[in-house]
Amino acid sequence: MKLAPITFLLTLTLSPFIQATPAVEELFTQYRQKGIQEFSADLGKNLYFQEFKLAGTGEIRQCADCHTPDLRAQGQHAETGKIIEPLAPSINRQRLLDIKEINKWLKRNCKWTLGRECTAQEKGNLLTFIQTQ
Amino acid sequence: MDTLTNKLYLRIPIALFTLLFFTPLFADDNSLIPSVNYPLYLNECGDCHLAYQPLFLPQAAWQRIMTTLDNHFGDNAELEEETVRNLTAYLLVHSAEHSSQKLATKLLKSTENQLIIRITELPYFKKEHDEIPARLVTDNPQVKSFSHCDKCHTKASFGNYEEDSIEIAGYGRWDD
Repeated sequence: MKLAPITFLLTLTLSPFIQATPAVEELFTQYRQKGIQEFSADLGKNLYFQEFKLAGTGEIRQCADCHTPDLRAQGQHAETGKIIEPLAPSINRQRLLDIKEINKWLKRNCKWTLGRECTAQEKGNLLTFIQTQ
Repeated sequence: MDTLTNKLYLRIPIALFTLLFFTPLFADDNSLIPSVNYPLYLNECGDCHLAYQPLFLPQAAWQRIMTTLDNHFGDNAELEEETVRNLTAYLLVHSAEHSSQKLATKLLKSTENQLIIRITELPYFKKEHDEIPARLVTDNPQVKSFSHCDKCHTKASFGNYEEDSIEIAGYGRWDD
């Protein structure tokens, strides 16, 4: 295959940018221990843009409400209007570095957006998607 | 008499000195309050909203807020147990009851022992803001709510709620 060397080179060049941080690596290990085999950036992306109807009020919510559809952009808290720094690690180096921080926000934001906690599979997918950004 | 203060050429500097150094003591004692300097509170609560100075609410209100973080005015603001414990301890010690500020006394008195957990619903707060038309706050897309103190009180995070630091977002200066 003529393309093989190019693909190989591209992978080499790009791999530093999609390397999981030690914190995310540790979380992946925890999720695998719960029996999750693989994580998918595509499914993570789907979840990020999925709309959830809130029981009771019928309000529609999705991650992008606050984080915007472009993870490289600054977001805004839906209620308080406070600026949320970009989720994309390529833009915001502070992202995905701290396990406690990641767990805190995944818990809160899954509950707010989906109306329940995310499963280990969903969290793994989301993190996989976010780290490619 | 030839005392120090009677010498005309000394009067002006003495007056200026007095003004410079003692004005804050005589300023409207409602609008300057201690700023928050607890990093945990600034980080955990200040991530989403202004880290409201704890003297704005009585103990019982803080207690209620910190035990219902899973439904925090419609948002989920759950925290780890230890963090909740530390924050609660800080909030209680600095609550309205424990403040020597006149503002705290007035806010507290206005509740008439009712449990009010929204600062914006405290009778004293309402009274202080009752002249402000809706178009400047609730109907103003740049402010939206009285809860967003810092959209108008530009130095709110420093505990400065004085009138000369008020600038209503999208509108400008406000004079009472």
